[in-house]
Amino acid sequence: MAGSRDFINRRIHSLLGVIPIGLFLVQHLVVNHFATRDAEAFNKAAHFMESLPFRIFLETFVIYLPLLFHAVFGLYITFQAKNNVSRYGYFRNAMFLVQRVTGVITLIFIAWHVWETRVQAAFGQEVNFDMMADILSSPFMVAFYLVGVLSAVFHFANGLWSFFVSWGLTVSPRSQKITTYVTMAVFVALAIVSVRTIFAFI
Amino acid sequence: MSTKMVKFIISRQDNPETAPYLEEFEIPHRPNMNVISALMEIRRNPVNSKGEATTPVTWEMGCLEEVCGACSMVINGKPRQSCTALVDQLEQPIRLEPMKTFPVVRDLAIDRSRMFDALKRVKAWIPIDGTYDLGPGPRMPETKRQWAYELSKCMTCGVCLEACPNVNSKSDFIGPAPLSQVRLFNAHPTGEMNKEERLNAIMDDGGLASCGNSQNCVQSCPKGIPLTTSIAALNRDTSFQAFKNFFGSDR
Repeated sequence: MAGSRDFINRRIHSLLGVIPIGLFLVQHLVVNHFATRDAEAFNKAAHFMESLPFRIFLETFVIYLPLLFHAVFGLYITFQAKNNVSRYGYFRNAMFLVQRVTGVITLIFIAWHVWETRVQAAFGQEVNFDMMADILSSPFMVAFYLVGVLSAVFHFANGLWSFFVSWGLTVSPRSQKITTYVTMAVFVALAIVSVRTIFAFI
Repeated sequence: MSTKMVKFIISRQDNPETAPYLEEFEIPHRPNMNVISALMEIRRNPVNSKGEATTPVTWEMGCLEEVCGACSMVINGKPRQSCTALVDQLEQPIRLEPMKTFPVVRDLAIDRSRMFDALKRVKAWIPIDGTYDLGPGPRMPETKRQWAYELSKCMTCGVCLEACPNVNSKSDFIGPAPLSQVRLFNAHPTGEMNKEERLNAIMDDGGLASCGNSQNCVQSCPKGIPLTTSIAALNRDTSFQAFKNFFGSDR
């Protein structure tokens, strides 16, 4: 054994959040950004993605299985913590709490999002610009998507910071501070990309 | 002339099984008094602020100079040593509670056994005993000695465990203090010879990986020990150790 089961699970949890889930998230947001050009550009990009060869295998091994593990083990980690930000209001402790809150919000959002798009596609619905425009015609869904997507983006950016610490890439306080700035820049950049995309459908 | 009084609200508990309750005390102010001298005053005259006779408050203490770690308690919401908690620097009423992360023995006295058990578990020592004189060990570079000395200031006071959100009854995390000791003993040129044993010990359940990077420990440590640097350094060491274990290198 390379370590206890718990040790391996935690390391795998941390790794999967970045590779492949984080990479998929970035790719997903970037491809969707075609919506800011026009409906046709988005539909072309969406059609290209769904006609990739070995699609179901790509989805299973790059998205479904890693995401399922990350979500289930993440919930276990979340409910093990006894948050104490009111007593220890330090920046990192607040981020520790926000990371857990955004993780749970992201899980709820993704469950709904997958049901509404990928599962409907499996039932024969076509995923295109009109489908998203239809979903986002309700103000409640716009708010839900904004909260869900921003949570996901934050969870990824801040999770990237803890990935660097958990694997021992950033050790010194200075390196950890620099990655705080870098990962928050990642958050802002991806937030701009995703908010622009959401508003392109309205 | 009325003397200045100091007000205390103390969380008390008669034994490990009974429920805690609050009791208020007012004692005459003396210059330069610390929380321990105030508790000694209550012990001398155990009467609460209602004027009722009560039992003296129990607490633990040792060195009285913040090097033994025995007198740790939660003072106005923050865990720290009561010997260096000066009454004049505290907001009143001064609230005293035991560090409830640990089993409460009575009043403010807690049982920190889990910390000493953790030190045994991670093998926080250097094995040098043998049947013959092994001679002097390898020398340690001065720069390394300087940062290792900072880690050696740990007094197992328990403040970092109390501040950590991942040390609680739902988790088996051993806490930051014993982890940092692994880095200390692994940094020692002789201790380094048993590095793998300690790394494998903290790769067990409830070990290093249970850290969630809230970094409360480094903010709370009364000795200013760079606990999160130790944890991150061990994260790096265990990353390599995990691959070595898996592929059977070094064996």
